Formats: sequence, C-alpha cells, structure tokens
Amino acid sequence: MHELALIEELCLLAADSAAQQGATTIHSLQVRIGDRAGVDAAALQMAFAVLAQHPRWSGTKLELEVVTTRCFCPHCKQAFTPLDVIHLCPQCGSLSTHLLQGRELELVSMEVS
Amino acid sequence: MCGHCGCDVPVVPRRIDLQRNLLERNDNQALLNRLHFSEHGLLAVNLMSAPGSGKTALLEELARRWPQRPLGVIVGDLATDNDARRLQQAGARAHQIRTGDLCHLEASQVALAFAQLEHSGMNLLVIENVGNLVCPAAFDLGESLRLVLFSVTEGEDKPLKYPGLFQRADAVVISKIDLAEAAGFDRQLALDNLQAVAPHAQLFETSARSGAGLAALLGWLQDALPS
Repeated sequence: MHELALIEELCLLAADSAAQQGATTIHSLQVRIGDRAGVDAAALQMAFAVLAQHPRWSGTKLELEVVTTRCFCPHCKQAFTPLDVIHLCPQCGSLSTHLLQGRELELVSMEVS
Repeated sequence: MCGHCGCDVPVVPRRIDLQRNLLERNDNQALLNRLHFSEHGLLAVNLMSAPGSGKTALLEELARRWPQRPLGVIVGDLATDNDARRLQQAGARAHQIRTGDLCHLEASQVALAFAQLEHSGMNLLVIENVGNLVCPAAFDLGESLRLVLFSVTEGEDKPLKYPGLFQRADAVVISKIDLAEAAGFDRQLALDNLQAVAPHAQLFETSARSGAGLAALLGWLQDALPS
C-alpha cells in the first residue's frame, strides 16, 4: 500500500541525480527490491504508471529486479535460501534471525542522456 | 533526434551507478529523531498492530500505571483524533497525527508531532502507528524498540501471515487474553508460530480489561529506559 510513497521518493532521487549529472532525459531506472521488503513489484509498476502520466516521466522505463531472501546460519556458518517465511536452515534445522539480503529498496542505476 | 537541436544524431543513453536507498530521506530523519529522543532521555517505542488489536486500550492502561512520569504518545490514524482524546483522558500527553490516506507513519511526521508535544519530565514516548501489519515495517521512526501486538481474536497464524513485521519486533504482545476462551484461541499454536518467525522477540500476554500481564510489560519497559 505504500508503493506510491516509494515511487515518489524514487522520482525525487532520480530527478536530483539526473540534474547533478547535467542530464535532461531519464530513459530507464534500475531498481532492486527484496522479496521481504514489504512491497509488491506489480503495485510498484502501477504506481509508477500513475506518475508517468506526467511528461517528465512518460518516456522512462522502470526495471525491477527482485532479490531473493538469503539468511545466515550461525551454527553451520553458511548462507542459505529459506523455503518460506520461516527461516529454517536446511542443514541443521535451526532458526536464523540474520537476514543477508531480501530487504533491499534501492535505486541501483539509471540511464540518462 | 538528439533532443537538443533536432539533428539526426541518435541519442546514446549513458548509465549512472547510484546505489541509493529509496528510504534514505526517511532513514536520515529517523536518525535525527533517535538522537533527539536520546538527548531528552527518552525511550521511544514504535507500537504496531492491525486495526482493532487493542493498541490504544493497552496504552490507556500503561498511562494509568506508568510510575511518576507522564506517558508520551504520538498516535497515527487516517482520520479523527479519538485516540489522542482517549489517551489524554487516561493521563497521557498525546498528540494525534491524521495521516489522510497514508497507511503508515514516517519519521518526518513524528518529528513534527514531537515538536508539538510537551515532553519535559517524560521518559517514555510510545509512537502508536497506523493500524496496519504491512507498511509500517519498512519505516524507521527513530524508535529504540519495536513492539508488535496481536489479539487472541485475530487467529493464531497472524505471525506467519505477516512475517515482515514480526521478524523485526523486539517484543510481541498477545492482547485481549481475557477473550481467549470465547475466541477458541489455541495459545500453544500461537506461541509455536511466533517462535518460528520471531524466535528473538520477548513475549507478553496481556489483557487491558483485567490488567493481566501489564506488570511484566511495564517492568520490561522500565528496564529498557535510558540510564
């Protein structure tokens, strides 16, 4: 539900960075979202489509990369991909509270001219 | 066309690497809030739950029982100042944020609300977030502790359905335990589910109506006060 607020932040960040680089057109935005970041990729695209009605953004493509959750098991001293929301280590069955990735909400790069 | 003069030279976009957090404005403000709360000797708690889980009822009882000092509350709702008025009647210093359509509180709203709250002599500030188990999880408000509450009428699998919020909780409160029997609440199942997604979280079981479990929660908060 807070996707629109995030898209507003994204556009502010992107517009600022473009201005700093002397760019006038933003062709695409590469955004990374973790699958535990609490946002939905389709809802983000929809929120962006609403904003892209403004001519400033009408030619800009939003490219989303979803990052899969990875945890760290303190007993086995290795990373693992949990099967679901319960972060059980597949090796030893202990619960991990250490998330290595999966909460990203990041503007990685953009293409400008 | 090149976009400048209309010539036929094609535009070649260039890539800029940014690696910028989309929440950085909020996170920066949260850092300032945290500093500000700490300078005022305040323990700040972010209280989150679904609508109707009993956040305000719990805080009313906390305000009545909190020793010696007034309880500070910043409370967020989409509309009305009903909660702030309830909390003031219970003795809290409460400030209402009406978020309009916003489904969560942001650090900047908390900063503005805190500026309007008379906070001298206060040592505990609870930020009662908008009733929502999804969106508030992502927004740091500058709190020291995150408290997540769910009531016995909501079902034992709440922690499994909304893991994001529970996984980041310092403590979980199961509320309305006076209704457990009537609701057919399977306590052990709820505890197992909580253990699966939030094994690190401190657990409290409370009833604002009967007062059960409130002393334990009060004690935990007192222990967390800045020295």
